[in-house]
Amino acid sequence: MHIDPQERNYIVITIALVVIFATAILVSAFAYDIQVPVPYAEVNPNEVATPGISPWGDPLDERVRELAPNKYEAYILAQTWAFLPNRITIPKGSTITFYVTSKDVQHGFIIADTNINMMVIPGQVSTLTATFDKAGEYHFVCNEYCGVGHQTMFGTIIVEE
Amino acid sequence: MYKKTDKLTGWYLFVGMVSLFIGGSLGPLQKLEHVGINLYRALNSIGLASYYQGLTIHAVLNALVWTTFFIVGFFTFIIPRSLEKELVWPKVQWLSFILMVIGLVMAAIPILMNLATVLFTFYPPLMASPFFYIGLVLVVVGSWVGGYGFYATLVSWRKEHKGEKTPFIALAANITMVMWQIATLGVATELLVFVIPWSFGLIEGTDPQLNRTFFWFTGHPLVYFWLLPAYISWYAMIPKQVGGKMFSEPLARLVFWLFLAMSIPVGLHHQFVDPGVPEGWKVVHFALTFGLFIPSMITAFSVIASMEIGGRANGGTGLFSWIRKLPWGDPSFTAQNLAMILFAFGGIGGLTNASYNLNLAIHNTMWVPGHFHLTVGSAVTLTFFGITYWLVPKLANKPLFSRKMGLWQAWTWFIGMVLMSNGLHVIGLNFSVPRRTMLGVAPYASSTWQPQLIEAAIGGIILGISGLLYYANMIGTVAQKKQLEEPIEMPVAEQYHEEKIPAWLDNWKPWFAITVLLILVAYGPILFDMLSNIQLTSPGFKPW
Repeated sequence: MHIDPQERNYIVITIALVVIFATAILVSAFAYDIQVPVPYAEVNPNEVATPGISPWGDPLDERVRELAPNKYEAYILAQTWAFLPNRITIPKGSTITFYVTSKDVQHGFIIADTNINMMVIPGQVSTLTATFDKAGEYHFVCNEYCGVGHQTMFGTIIVEE
Repeated sequence: MYKKTDKLTGWYLFVGMVSLFIGGSLGPLQKLEHVGINLYRALNSIGLASYYQGLTIHAVLNALVWTTFFIVGFFTFIIPRSLEKELVWPKVQWLSFILMVIGLVMAAIPILMNLATVLFTFYPPLMASPFFYIGLVLVVVGSWVGGYGFYATLVSWRKEHKGEKTPFIALAANITMVMWQIATLGVATELLVFVIPWSFGLIEGTDPQLNRTFFWFTGHPLVYFWLLPAYISWYAMIPKQVGGKMFSEPLARLVFWLFLAMSIPVGLHHQFVDPGVPEGWKVVHFALTFGLFIPSMITAFSVIASMEIGGRANGGTGLFSWIRKLPWGDPSFTAQNLAMILFAFGGIGGLTNASYNLNLAIHNTMWVPGHFHLTVGSAVTLTFFGITYWLVPKLANKPLFSRKMGLWQAWTWFIGMVLMSNGLHVIGLNFSVPRRTMLGVAPYASSTWQPQLIEAAIGGIILGISGLLYYANMIGTVAQKKQLEEPIEMPVAEQYHEEKIPAWLDNWKPWFAITVLLILVAYGPILFDMLSNIQLTSPGFKPW
């Protein structure tokens, strides 16, 4: 098959570009550990909010746990149209791992200025970790349509000095 | 010749355009809502219950109905002309149209009654009326039936022309339909096996993660189903319209075969942030999606080179000044060329979306509608507008009502889209503003978003004006008394170099095998795994 020499060079450059881009992405993902959510656990969405058998059924003030100094985990239940808990206070420099699941429809969980962005799907547990080095207020916002009150669904992380 | 099926093409276009008019009218309202001008209250009186019902209408009519009707109608027109042979099963083509219309009506009624406010992704466990899903299935099945008529015509042509190469347009259109046929098996499985029985109450629960995976099996190739007809026009018609020639026909064929093989096994790049999809499979689909960059880049080179041949043939010289010699006074060309320019940015954004962990920065943010208004909203829709600037006059046997109005339409679309998509991209990337959200009343909305939301709203209004110009021109064309003085023919570009097409570029078998193999490799294990761990636990919800 005849290919014009200029077009041939162009195709070679295109392929090289794709390989360079893909390599950069994979290095950032696996060498610098900027990761997407991966399967963690499956749950029954009809029972996940039940007290006693599920961490998303625990009293609200017990769903954010300090594991060690500046190291937290948060079990957040997503439902139409709220995150529970919706207010989390941590000191500056803390690392926090979010475990989010839904008891009804699909939701989303995104925090601006972090690498936290995940789908929240009934039956699945979404988890990612972030470190908050700057004091201030951060919002976690539902970014998947979940009904007419979707635009009201958010929570706040207060990072204290 | 082709009288009967041309009439059918007219009907497909008519339904598609009416749908786009209704769906498109709601677009500017969304952008105004974001800057605090809520016009939905005024629409309550005519039965629009919410922003989200309007959004469902906007997306279903624009992205699913307008595109599918236009494409099947366009193919009904171009395939017989490319093969110089009537479609062999005209009744089957009519059956296709009737099925699609029945499906459209069946889906539209629950949407309008606010019984299917589930947006065009209808992610379970949001549960719409079963008739919404059945309607969608009928639209898809109707398009399959249209495809069967095209395949039969191609098979018959090949029998009559043994040893000849298939004309490019007919081949490319058939590849597009075959790709669509295979791709839609995903959403057909989702709806027929899981969602419809569940919405009727025959099964109690469904598995949202599995349903999403079937949805995106179809959801990404859907984009190529929209785009490939535009590519057919860019590759094989635009060169003729600008007085150029098709730069490299063998490569154009290769590009279409690559899209057949690679459009489908990439759907998981829409699910990079899904909790239930293993990392390894996300990486596989990331790599395959990057492969799709290659045929798209070849298209960019070939199409621009074909236009350059035209610009130089018209007396253009220099490195860039041939561009001025392109027929900028022709709305059909201008619309499509502006569509290509916007698509360059859509392509860059698309590569960003597909970039595995980079997706964390933009997933489900305003960046995404910013992106797909450059692709389906510009590369596809503005190209289809450009096609109708010659196709509707041809079908109506009347000249285009106003060439000037057509040019204004193309440029205002371009300017409106630049503003709107720029605004949306920026707030999505910088501030993680969620998409598909009634931002005007969101308690977390920030004043820092305002400049871009205003920019997007201005863009949206300009797009609305552009849309009105388009419809005025179309109605003016059809309604006038004037008849065409010179007949219009479908533009078909000649090859620049009369080249022999290698046999492997006109042979379905190897490409079909590669397509199936890639799907099995990319989807087989993950679907097997999900099906063997199926959790049919989610009941339906109607939170609207």
